[in-house]
Parts: sequence; structure tokens; C-alpha cells
Amino acid sequence: MYRIVEARNVGLNIKQFVVEAPRIARKQKPGQFLILRLHEKGERIPLTIKSSDPEAGTVTIVVQAIGKTTSLLNCLEAGDSILDIVGPLGRPSEIENYGTAVILAGSVGTAMALPTANALKQTGNHVIFIEGARSLDMVVFEDEVRMASSEIYIMTDDGSYGEQGLVTKKLNDLLAAGRKIDFVLAVGPVPMMRAVARITAPLGIKTIVSLNSIMVDGTGMCGGCRVLLGNTSKFACVDGPEFDASLVNFEVLMQRNAMYRDHECQSLKRFEENKEEEVAQLRAELATEEAHHG
Amino acid sequence: MAEKNALPRSAMNILPLKERMKILRAHMPELDPLVRSRNFEEVNLGLQAADALTEATRCIACAKPACVIDCPVGVKIKEVVALIYSGDYLAAAAKMREDNVLPAITGRVCPQENQCEGGCVLGKKGAPVAIGNLERFVADFERESGQLGLPANAPSTGKSVAIVGSGPAGLSAAGDLVQKGHRVRVFEALHELGGVLVYGIPEFRLPKAIVKEEVDNLRRMGVEFETNVVVGKSVTIDELMRDEHYDAVFVATGAGLPVFLGVPGEHFNGVYSANEFLTRVNLMRAYQVSAYDQPVYDCRDRDVIVVGGGNTAVDAVRTARRLGARTATLVYRRSEAEMPARAEEVKHARQEGIEFRMLTNPIEFLGDEKGWLTGARCVRMELGEPDADGRRRPVEIKGSEYVLPANVAIIGVGTTANPLIQSTTPDLATNKYNYIVADSDTMRTSKRGVFAGGDIVTGGATVILAMGAGRKAAASIHGYLTTGEW
Repeated sequence: MYRIVEARNVGLNIKQFVVEAPRIARKQKPGQFLILRLHEKGERIPLTIKSSDPEAGTVTIVVQAIGKTTSLLNCLEAGDSILDIVGPLGRPSEIENYGTAVILAGSVGTAMALPTANALKQTGNHVIFIEGARSLDMVVFEDEVRMASSEIYIMTDDGSYGEQGLVTKKLNDLLAAGRKIDFVLAVGPVPMMRAVARITAPLGIKTIVSLNSIMVDGTGMCGGCRVLLGNTSKFACVDGPEFDASLVNFEVLMQRNAMYRDHECQSLKRFEENKEEEVAQLRAELATEEAHHG
Repeated sequence: MAEKNALPRSAMNILPLKERMKILRAHMPELDPLVRSRNFEEVNLGLQAADALTEATRCIACAKPACVIDCPVGVKIKEVVALIYSGDYLAAAAKMREDNVLPAITGRVCPQENQCEGGCVLGKKGAPVAIGNLERFVADFERESGQLGLPANAPSTGKSVAIVGSGPAGLSAAGDLVQKGHRVRVFEALHELGGVLVYGIPEFRLPKAIVKEEVDNLRRMGVEFETNVVVGKSVTIDELMRDEHYDAVFVATGAGLPVFLGVPGEHFNGVYSANEFLTRVNLMRAYQVSAYDQPVYDCRDRDVIVVGGGNTAVDAVRTARRLGARTATLVYRRSEAEMPARAEEVKHARQEGIEFRMLTNPIEFLGDEKGWLTGARCVRMELGEPDADGRRRPVEIKGSEYVLPANVAIIGVGTTANPLIQSTTPDLATNKYNYIVADSDTMRTSKRGVFAGGDIVTGGATVILAMGAGRKAAASIHGYLTTGEW
């Protein structure tokens, strides 16, 4: 059982949790993720770790309610617990002084990119952070992004905040303005990462993407998260989650991520129809578990 | 000691040898194949007491019992069988526990035909004593009686051992070490204890409740467990020894990464590793589709093929059948004689309507424009010269290609070493396949205080061999902790 010590809404359907997980807090490095399970009948889902506090023994995660598990998780508050959390998993980001590093992050991807941005800045990079969101209410962590970067651009689809347009528009603008870019990190929806790769690959700019493939165990045991890099198969959980964007087959990734879409939709629908009941049930189960293990 | 080990008088077999040898091997009652191939209930129902007693009568109590020699953990089978014959099932169970802390499990999953029963002299002319079924009988009898013959622990030694992995090797070592008076803590990467016993072996062959019970027994004996710890990631071996003060570490992490065929099309949706398919169904209970959240491909009225010939492949194909597959086909590149799977499972699979396509090998997976699997291009094989391990090598028959329709293809052709521990423990020697190098008698690795055993040393093997490795390691660790000599 992993107690939630802080929970707050940071954007539309986006919530930040600080959770007690001392082993993970001690070891976590930028770019790594954890896997959690909410209850006995719950699924295991991977979530990137935003930050950790080794002294307090806590990790911070940011969750966008998309499917059943993330929706249920976002109903929890400080004082509630998460049944299982394991990590930190995956290889940490490779941090070097590249020169000028551009980070493109979409909404909740901002949380995932923040620790790497921080580390890149501390290593001496000039960090340009381009944060994208559908609209103002999904722009998150603006202050923290400012701290972690040297330049910041916010792009919204509807123009309700920052500039109107996609993050790739800003990337193209920077390139058109003759800015020298040595390194790019893109974290977000697959089409966004693919679009970034299509811009930077022909220019030979080293570009890393953080892949969100479907996982079960997160230790390399099942191979469900395999992604195609050129002709080679890699496991996102142990070989990644960060990969050289120019090698990633994004079509295969998109297709594999759609594998359980019907099931996910039905599961979410059932949850939304019985939301209160499901949350109450989860709390009851966690209370029993708590009593059982003292 | 001789006094203590002497068998009760009633255990002396009184029927004449010839009469005993006339008795037929007790039949293991099982669920009807038509019924069971649509559910996940355990196939074998277990012997009744009367049948177990009769079966025990068949044992002719050899002076040099081959069954004991052929048992990887050295269970005193002759004495156990004699105790069953005497009607003292609890004593029989306690006798078994002296050498095997997981009897309810091994009674169900051991390949007895290659081990204890393979050596039984009765097998030379007729059927061997049903040792596996008897083992299961006494373990189940003991569990259901609630009178557990847990061995007593020696006084505390003040030493502590970290065991990495809660599969058969880890559990077995934990049981032995805690009895010697050491503090034992088992670290498990997943959220549930049991390793391959819970994520790999299906419910219909090994009910999870039984694994849980055996784990709880170890807990009662004082073994500590911590789930959700990936050693190599959450904590390293060095940190366990330096910061958490473990005097010794036993690495029993199992086989690890699934092997794919490396043929085109393995990324189509519907192609699984057997590990993933079985983990989704077993560990995550995806067969209870609306009650549990983790999904698995809906196999109902679909065509499923499983590639491989071992227990994992057979488990996967029988699981697919139970999930409602229209056809569930086992595709193996050698012939049935070379299949490493346990004989009883192959028999059960046939009864359940599994189609066997032997001497067949997929060379490409085919899919539709949306990325869903539609079939496998296969080639027929024939057996050529024997290879390094003595099995005849399968050779492609030119021009024999054909397409086997499939919506799901599950690859169960083996595993390779998981590198998480090796890559974070620089002074731990590995072989060219990245398995950990450990002495086959002492299970010592190249790193002082660190022992390893089971599939992470040998590559994919069986539950009982892993348990044997766990026992050996426990004995060796005890020696090291007692003498301090490396």
C-alpha cells in the first residue's frame, strides 16, 4: 500500500499526486517510469515519474484521465492509497551538454519531460521548452517549465493561450529563423512525436522520443511493449522508454496501442455509469487491505 | 537419528510382492474434456484416500529406490509411500516437507515420467507407482485437514539472507534457510508472490489458491516477503548487502525475456509471447473478462495458433481453447516425440481438442491493412541429423509452404536471460548468453556472498529443477553463513 500524501488538480482532467514510495524515490532518475495497480481486479499501467523526494520518500506523478484506470485514479485524494506501485523502471534519459536542446511536450507529457529538461539545463544546455495543449485549461506546470528552461513557448490548438498552433509549428519557426538546434526531445501523443521526427530526421538533429507502448510487467518479461526500430524489435520497458526518433516505426506503435481500444472504451463506459459505486468499492477494498496489513 | 527415522510397524507392506504387482495403477479422476475445455477449473481432481492407499500398496519398496535418486530434491519417496500405506497421511506429508517445501505444487506440475516415476522398477513391465498423484494427495490431505506439519526452525543465527524472486527456486531456498535460523526476506518484482507459478502456469493445472497457501505456509515459518521490488532497478544487489545489511543474496529471478521468432510480421496485433498471453490470463485474470480490468485478445470463435513444444506452449494453447477459440493449434517444428512438454499435459491437450501440427514452422506472419494478424505462412519440416542435445534437427522441406489462418499467434519457444541484475552488478560473472555463472554444486557466483540458481543460471527448465537449485543454494548459503568461508 502506497499512501497518497498530496493530490491536486493541475488542469482539465489532469491531476498531480505525491505518493509515498521510498524505494522508488531513492532511485528515480529523469526519464524513468513506474507501474501501478489500483485494486485487486485492476490493470497495471505505466506512468512517468515527474519528480521524487528521497528524504520524504515520495514520488510525484501526473495523471490525465483517459481510460478507466486513470479516471478511477483521478477520483482519489490525499489520504487514500494505491495498492501496488513498482519502479523506477526503464532507462534514465541520457543527459549530456548538447548545446541547444529543444523539448516538445504535449499537455501531460510536460510532466514527463520536466525532470529531463531540468537535468539538461543543469548540465549547461540552452533549453528551449515548447509546451503544447488543446487549450488554456490543459496548459500545465508553466512556472516549473520556466524554471527548467532557458526559453519557453506555449502553443494551444485553439489559441486560447500562448500562440495558436501545434508544437511542431514552433519548431519549424525556430528552424526557419536559423536557430541552431543540437538535440530534441519529444514527449506526447504518437502523431506529435512522429511529426517531430519527420522534421528533425532529414536535418540530422539527434532526436529522442519517449514511447508509451502497452505494458504489463515492465521488467522485460512479457514483450508486449515491443517497438520496431528499423528492423529491430526493442522492449520499451527495459530498452527504453526513450529511443532515437529517426529509427522508430510510429505506424506500428500506433497500431499496437490500438490493440485493446474496444475493450478500453467499454471499460470506461461501465466505469462512468457506476462512478460513485466504483470509487466507494475501491476505498472499501483499500480499507480492508489496510486493516489486514496493519 | 535412526530411531527417529524408523517407520511405524504398520507401514511394513504385508501383501506378497506378486500380489502387489498385480494391482493396476490408480486412475486419476479428471474433469470431462468437453466441460473443462470451456472453463479454468483444475483438470485433475485428485485421488480418493482409498485409491491412494491401494496405489501405495503397489510400491515394492526397493532396497535402492531409483525414485529417490531421480528426484531433483531428493524426497524420501519410499518412506513417504510407506507412511501413506500405513494410513498416516499427515506423517507422510511431514516426511515430504523435509525435502520439498512445495509438495502440493510439485505433485501437480513435475514431469514425473522423467524423474521419480521414470526410475520406478514397476514401470519396466507395467505402470510405475503414481508417485506424483500420491504426493499431491498427501499435500492436499494435509492442507484440507488444517493440521500442517511445518518443521520447526533452529534458533536464530543473527544472519540474514535476501532472496531475489519468489518463484520455485526462491521459495524453496527460503523454506530451507528459515529453518536453519536465518532471517529470510524474499523480494518479488510483481504484485503477487509465486513467480512462474502464478504468472505462467494456468489455473486449470495449478490453482492459484494452492500457491497462495504454500506461500502462506512459508510466511508462518517466518519468511518475510516484499512485493513490487525489481532488484536491479528498485535496489541493487550491492545496496541490499551494503545498505540493508544482508549477509548473503540468492538470485533466483527466473528466465526472463521472451524469445520471438524473428520472422516478418511479428508486430501485428494478435501476436503475443506466451509470457504475455499467460501473464494477462493468469496473473491479471483476464479470463474473467468483465470483472478484471486487464484485457486479453477476445479469442471467442477465432483461430489461435501457438508455436512451440514445451509446457509453456501447451499451457498457452489450452488457455486459448478455454477462452473460446474456434481452433487452437499447436505448431511445432519437430515431431511429437521431441516435445519437451509433460506427457500428461499433451494427453490432456489432445482430449480438449487441441490440434497438433507437428513438423511445421512459421516463417512469416500475415496481417490486414489495419495491422491485425490474419495468418501464418508455414513451412513443413523433416527430421535430419541429431544436433548438440541429441534431438534430431528439423530441416525445411523446400516448396512445402502454406498459409495457416490465425487471428492470434502465441510464441512459446523459450526465453533469454533478463539483464536487469547482471547490468547493475558489475562483478557478477555471466556466460556468453548473459546467464549468471554459478557453481553447479555450491551455486556460488563470482561475487562474494551472492549465490544464483534456477532458470537465471540454467536457462528455461522446470519447476522442480529450480527447486532443486534452491535447496542446493540454501545448503551452500548456510555453510557460508556458518563458516564465513568463501
